Amino acid sequence: MLLIPCPYCETSRPEIEFRHAGEAHVARPLDPETAGDKTWSEYLYFRANPKGVIAERWRHVSGCGRFFNCLRDTISDKILTTYRAGEPRPDPQAPKETGR
Amino acid sequence: MRFSFLNVARQALAGNQGWPEQWRSPEPKAAYDAIIVGAGGHGLATAYYMAKEHGLTNIAVVEKGWLGGGNTGRNTTIIRSNYLWEESQAIYEHALKLWEGLSEELNYNVMYSARGVMMLAHNAHDVQVFKRHVHANRLAGIDNEWISPEEAKAFCPILNISRTIRYPIVGAALQRRGGTARHDAVAWGYARGASGRGVDIIQNCEVTGIRRDPSGAVAGLETTRGFVATKKVGIVAAGHTSVLMGMAGVRMPLESYPLQALVSEPIKPIMPCVVMSNTIHAYMSQSDKGELVIGAGTDAYTSYSQTGGLHIATHTLDAICELFPNVRRMRMLRNWGGIVDVTPDRSPIIGKTPVPGLFVNCGWGTGGFKATPGSGHVFAHTVAKGEPHPIAAPFSLDRFRTGRLIDEAAAAAVAH
Repeated sequence: MLLIPCPYCETSRPEIEFRHAGEAHVARPLDPETAGDKTWSEYLYFRANPKGVIAERWRHVSGCGRFFNCLRDTISDKILTTYRAGEPRPDPQAPKETGR
Repeated sequence: MRFSFLNVARQALAGNQGWPEQWRSPEPKAAYDAIIVGAGGHGLATAYYMAKEHGLTNIAVVEKGWLGGGNTGRNTTIIRSNYLWEESQAIYEHALKLWEGLSEELNYNVMYSARGVMMLAHNAHDVQVFKRHVHANRLAGIDNEWISPEEAKAFCPILNISRTIRYPIVGAALQRRGGTARHDAVAWGYARGASGRGVDIIQNCEVTGIRRDPSGAVAGLETTRGFVATKKVGIVAAGHTSVLMGMAGVRMPLESYPLQALVSEPIKPIMPCVVMSNTIHAYMSQSDKGELVIGAGTDAYTSYSQTGGLHIATHTLDAICELFPNVRRMRMLRNWGGIVDVTPDRSPIIGKTPVPGLFVNCGWGTGGFKATPGSGHVFAHTVAKGEPHPIAAPFSLDRFRTGRLIDEAAAAAVAH
C-alpha cells in the first residue's frame, strides 16, 4: 500500500483513503465540434503507460475530496512528489520536498 | 523424442538418463523471416502455428528473461469461453476447442482438465448479467447453464450457500467445459513443438530497439545480443507492450497494472472445480499438487513492479473465507504479481499496426491464459499472411478510432 502525501491536506495518508484517477495532463480537445476521430481516440483511449516516471491523478476521497497530481516511478512505485491540480508537471530530476 | 508408452518404458529401464533437451538454445542468426518478441504461452503458440500451419521455419522467438517466466508462469490457469459478445465468443471458443486436443496435438501433457467453471451471482444485477451471458452463449452453441445455489453446492460441496452471509449466493452460471491446465506445460509444450520445427527460441535476449528502413517499415531488432534483421515482428509482450511499441513510435490504448495471485499449502483434494465471484472479487481452484490457487484483483494504479498491494490480497481472502469457511485456518505459501496490459474495452488487440511489418497481440488484461492456443493460432495467420485472421479481425487496433469496441468489461470488471 502506498503512503501518499496529499498536497492539500499536507499530510501523508494510506492509499485506501485515495482513489486513482488515471494519467494526468490528458487534455480534452479544446474544440470538440471540429476534433476528428483520431483526436478523440487519443484523448479517450491512448495512454503513455510509461515504465518509469508517470504523472497521474489521485483523488483524496476519504479526506479533502480534492483531485491532485502525483509523479510516481512505476518500477519501484516510489512517489517522487505530489502537486496541486492546475500546477505544471515538476521536473522529476529535482523533486521538491515531500513527506510533509 | 516423442512421449509414448514405449519411450517411457525404455527410459525407465535406462534410468531416465536418455531424455534429450526439450528445445534447442541456439545463438541468434543474423536474419530471420519473422521474429516474435516474448516467449510466453501466446508468443510460443504463435511461433508454433507459424511453423506448423504456414511453413515459416526461419523464425525466432526472443525473450528478455526465461521462457514462460512472465504472466504465463504467474496466472491462475483458468480456461472458459463464456463471454458475452460474438467476437469474444468466437476467439475464446476457438481457443477452448484447441485446448481440448492440445495434449495430443503437442505430444505433451498440458494437463487440461475440464472440471467446470462456476461463476457466482450474489445480487439481482449479477443474476441478470449472468443469465444474459448464458443465453448469449447458448445461442452461439457454447455450453453455459444457470443453476440454483443448491445445485452449485452439489457441484462444489465446500461452498457456503448460507442465506445469512454478507453476500449470499443466489445462483450461478456454470460452464462445464471450462477448467484449468498446467501453465508451465503449455509454454514448454509449445516451445518443444516450435523448436522441433526449426524455430529458434532465444532466451535472455532483450529487445532494446526496433530498427526501421527509410520507408518506415520494420528492418530488424536491436537486442542485448546484437542486431537481428527481419521484415516482420510480432510483439507478444503483455505488460511491456507499451514499452516495446514505444520503440517504434506507436502509442497504445493500454495501461499496465499489477495483478496478484496466491497459493495455499497443499492439501488433499477438496475442490472439484473452479469457482469465481466477480462481485466480491475472488476466485479459487485446486491444483493437482493440492494447493488452493487464489486470484486477487489488480491494483488501482499502473505499475511494472510485479508486486501488488497487501490490501488487495486481503480483500480477496476475506471473500474466500466467507465463501469457503473450511479453508479459514490454512496458510498461504506464496503470493506474487504479474503485469497485465488492460485495454479500455477489456478485449485484446490482435493485428496490424501503423508501422509496416510490425504486428501486435496484446491487451489480454487479466484473462489471457485461457486464450493461449486460439490467440497464437489466429496471430500466426495474421503475421504470416500480413492480414488479420477472420476471428482476429474485429480485435484491430483501429477499433479505438472507429468506435467498434468489444465491451467485455461487464464480465471482466475484475480479474478473470
